[in-house]
Amino acid sequence: MISTEPKTRKTNSLDKGYWVFLLPGLILFILVIILPFLVTIGASFTKWNGVTTPRFIGLDNYANALNDAEFWASFTNNLKLMLAMVVLPTILGLLLAGLLFNLVAPRFGHRWASLFRAGFYLPQVMPVAIAGIVWGWILQPSGALNALLQTVGLGSIAHDWLGDPGTALLSIMGMMVWFQVGFPLVIFFTALQRADPTLAEAASLDGASPWQSFIHITVPQIRPEIFVVVLMTTIATLKVFGQIYVLTRGGPGTETLVPSYYVYQNFFQLAKVGYGSAIATVMAAIIIILAAVFISVQSRRDLSEDF
Amino acid sequence: MAAPTIAVRQAASGRSRGQRLSRTFRDYGSLLGLLILLFVMFLPFLIIAANAIKTPQEYAANGPLTLPAGLYLTGIENFWNRVDFTTMLINSTVISLSVAVLSMILSLLNGFAMGIGRIRGSVWLLVFFMIANMLPNEGIAYPLYYFAKFVHLYDTQLSVIIIFTVIQSAFGTYLISSVLRQFPREILDAAKVDGCNKLQLLIHIVVPVSRPSLSVFFAFSFIWTWNEFFLPLIMLVSNSKQTVPIAISVLQGQNFMDPTTTASSALLGVAPCILFFLLFQRSLTKGIVAGSVK
Repeated sequence: MISTEPKTRKTNSLDKGYWVFLLPGLILFILVIILPFLVTIGASFTKWNGVTTPRFIGLDNYANALNDAEFWASFTNNLKLMLAMVVLPTILGLLLAGLLFNLVAPRFGHRWASLFRAGFYLPQVMPVAIAGIVWGWILQPSGALNALLQTVGLGSIAHDWLGDPGTALLSIMGMMVWFQVGFPLVIFFTALQRADPTLAEAASLDGASPWQSFIHITVPQIRPEIFVVVLMTTIATLKVFGQIYVLTRGGPGTETLVPSYYVYQNFFQLAKVGYGSAIATVMAAIIIILAAVFISVQSRRDLSEDF
Repeated sequence: MAAPTIAVRQAASGRSRGQRLSRTFRDYGSLLGLLILLFVMFLPFLIIAANAIKTPQEYAANGPLTLPAGLYLTGIENFWNRVDFTTMLINSTVISLSVAVLSMILSLLNGFAMGIGRIRGSVWLLVFFMIANMLPNEGIAYPLYYFAKFVHLYDTQLSVIIIFTVIQSAFGTYLISSVLRQFPREILDAAKVDGCNKLQLLIHIVVPVSRPSLSVFFAFSFIWTWNEFFLPLIMLVSNSKQTVPIAISVLQGQNFMDPTTTASSALLGVAPCILFFLLFQRSLTKGIVAGSVK
């Protein structure tokens, strides 16, 4: 009796039963991401050196973090890094995309625009640690930057850029602007292709300067992409690790310490796995909140585009 | 009257290919400014390349800013042999290629179930995959390290391959399932009439049609895995098992790393990425936009 059922459904066999295809992905996901993440959260409530049995201490790690100068230094540095990884690349990317789209492409041809776009994007395909080594080589005391300053008579400014507490983070910020700018540029260039050119044309017929029509007409049209870029680069800022590892290891002092590197130190150098897990959990919580905002805005937009 | 207006409009919108606007002095000025900026973007690479091919004596005598007197490849050769760079290249290639292929298959299966199958709860599953995609590595690193030791996968490339197959496929699932959601229903209906089963539908119909998206994802998965740092640094401790970025990074500051050797090491780290960039350029441009969730 039961065996006849599949036959009656045979005509609809493509309508349901797709769960099987999701199983490998779902199982691997739970094993490699969800379970380890839950363990990290669990470990954040314990005192654990990674060897002996973890001891439950409730919220002590989080309470300690609030009084930990290094914890605050790492997140403060992260906020400063946002200037170099979110704010400046977004503004520069917007200006460059506008220039390439409105001036270079129409007047010199698409090849030139593509060349510039690819060129500015190039650092983005590098491992950030390798980019860090390239910059570390230039910024070292006897490196190219100081040599250049001496040749142009600014030798008095020359110093150990990464070793000086006053310039260590600034140097890394400079490098990150260079590293990041290609990402917003490419997104915005594509967004401009989607934007409606007739509005900007109407504005210029009404006497608006190219600059005015770009700021007041074009930029509001690509607001969704600006939102995406700001959110994605914010998340990327929270994950900064490789360049700190190769350039400064968080120093001098805590001048360039970032949460990710602080977690690494706690896990693998200080054997404070419980405390490291608490910081990792805080990082993850911030990113999940940002991701949730992103997804809800994104899905609302998808709906509004459908109707 | 009408034709020139259209030409102007097309040109102004940046969409024209043949017709261009006449150029003013200011346009050339802007182009020159952009070229200078592009030169500044390339300058770090140029400085590294110029110094990687100098002799240590030449560097000591003239400093980092002069052009090299000749092509001296011994520095690069020395670094190459010292760290057994061939092995690093093989390690990185094996890991990245395995991850790119496996994560593509996994994303395709997930995307097939969610995009074509439209199983119940697809939207929530997608949210789940997206958040997993954005989760910081630090949030899963220690348990993975601990489990890997427990199951004897610590310090093996297999551990890195498994982990990144899953991490990269989070993005792939998002990409492929949203592409397959737009899959033409007529083709599915035709497949149904022909009595196709699901596996046939996937292999003979869905895969060929969605090949462009799959290749975009393949390129990204490969490059992202090549560039990964945090987890490979933790998982791969033996020099013989390390990837290119890890091996070069952990060697910085060693005694034999004089300035020209360090420049050589940086150049060797940069070179493969420039090659991938040229190889995958078309896919990358398409994918950065689709992939703006990463």
